[in-house]
Amino acid sequence: MSSIAWFKLASPASFFPLARRLVPWFGAAAAVLATIGLWVGLLVAPTDAQQGDAYRIIFIHVPAAWMSMFIYLVMAFWCAVSLTFNTRLAAMLAQALAPTGAMFTFLALVTGAMWGRPAWGTYWAWDARMTSELILLFLYFGYMALRNAIDDPRRADRASAVLALVGVVNVPIIYFSVKWWNTLHQGASVSLTSAPTMAAPMLAGMLVMAFAAWFYAIAIVLLRVQAIIVEREKNANWIGDLVPRTR
Amino acid sequence: MSVTVTSFDEVGDQPRDSSAWKGFAWSIARDLRLAFRSRAELGVLILFYVIVVTLFPLAVGADIALLRALGPGVLWVAALLASLLSLPRIFAADFADGSLEQLALSTQPLPALISGKIAAHWISTGLPLVLVSPLLGAQFGLTAGEGWLLALGLLIGTPTLSLLGAIGAALTLGLRAGGGLLALLILPLYVPILIFGAGSIEAARAGLGASAQLSLLAAVLLATVVGAPIAATAAVRIALD
Repeated sequence: MSSIAWFKLASPASFFPLARRLVPWFGAAAAVLATIGLWVGLLVAPTDAQQGDAYRIIFIHVPAAWMSMFIYLVMAFWCAVSLTFNTRLAAMLAQALAPTGAMFTFLALVTGAMWGRPAWGTYWAWDARMTSELILLFLYFGYMALRNAIDDPRRADRASAVLALVGVVNVPIIYFSVKWWNTLHQGASVSLTSAPTMAAPMLAGMLVMAFAAWFYAIAIVLLRVQAIIVEREKNANWIGDLVPRTR
Repeated sequence: MSVTVTSFDEVGDQPRDSSAWKGFAWSIARDLRLAFRSRAELGVLILFYVIVVTLFPLAVGADIALLRALGPGVLWVAALLASLLSLPRIFAADFADGSLEQLALSTQPLPALISGKIAAHWISTGLPLVLVSPLLGAQFGLTAGEGWLLALGLLIGTPTLSLLGAIGAALTLGLRAGGGLLALLILPLYVPILIFGAGSIEAARAGLGASAQLSLLAAVLLATVVGAPIAATAAVRIALD
């Protein structure tokens, strides 16, 4: 581990080539894993006794829901790093993570609604998980809107980092408040926690898809962070060596 | 909107020795005096609360059973909106006339000064809502006990709204996006307060007692009393850079 020069990589100039080399690998891994995962999920996994084939949306839904929360944590981590060490690259990574996190949150909500219709007979049930996922989407939107509203990128970095950290402290509070509110209002009419034991191919397909989503997120974030680096460091000399200027 | 220009002489010199408590006391006294000078604005805020609450019976009808069911939620949502509307008061004028920069440069610890500003904001905007809420509760068919419970919940909950809101107000200082952005940043963070606050009355009606919700409100308040001034200070320093 000590052979990796972490502090050297904290410079956009040395991180940029690494990101450029890594994107195809993670992209290819995501594509292969998604193919395997969808093949297992759609063709190999048995039809569910109660839900029929409608349950197969979990191969998208569950990985998306996991990634939506995981990416927020990763984003908050890089925000903390950027505030603590005042590194530009950490803030750029956080900036690059936000749209992907919001995309997965939205995907989890939409696929959840599509699954909810056949499984529960309704698109939307104010279930604790759905409600806190919706609020998570608002947190992502707030983060991105605050970044957009600030012209100076360094101020945007630090202001949005404060917001992300306040948000990450609040996420568990929001989750539990919604959970208790939900039990008070309508009882546990919709419970996902007591799911029956899952057939092995179902679980395998879900895990493979989770890794596919994870690698996709890494690939797309590394791609986006390159764009952010080029945009923000456009006046640096090293950019000209890597990215040919069009003008 | 007129910006109140206030020199420091007018509201008293800062204490010479820099202790956190003295800074807090000076800051709260200064902001309360400024708030009292623009009491018409504060009156408008209370009227906003009353009017928003009044709109709901007009929209859903005067069926008292329905109003009783909606009442706690409506009164709490309106309190959230009133708090949101008042948030720019904490920093905006001081930011515009440069006083905020002077505060940041003073020898007093900035978190103490900002805590004082937040406390003054709550006393001038949150406390009046607490006081009128039982009256509005009566319009929604809340019993006397439920009215007091509403006021008690708001008493514990609205300081948290000012504390969390101060972070958003500081983060959006000087930005063009303004009020809509502040709502997007802050309202999701208000959700637990809304749930525990409105939930306290629901729980009391269900015979469960409201102490669990009130304790949770108090717990969130204690956590934000410690954490929010620090985050707000960081945000103010970012805005002043």
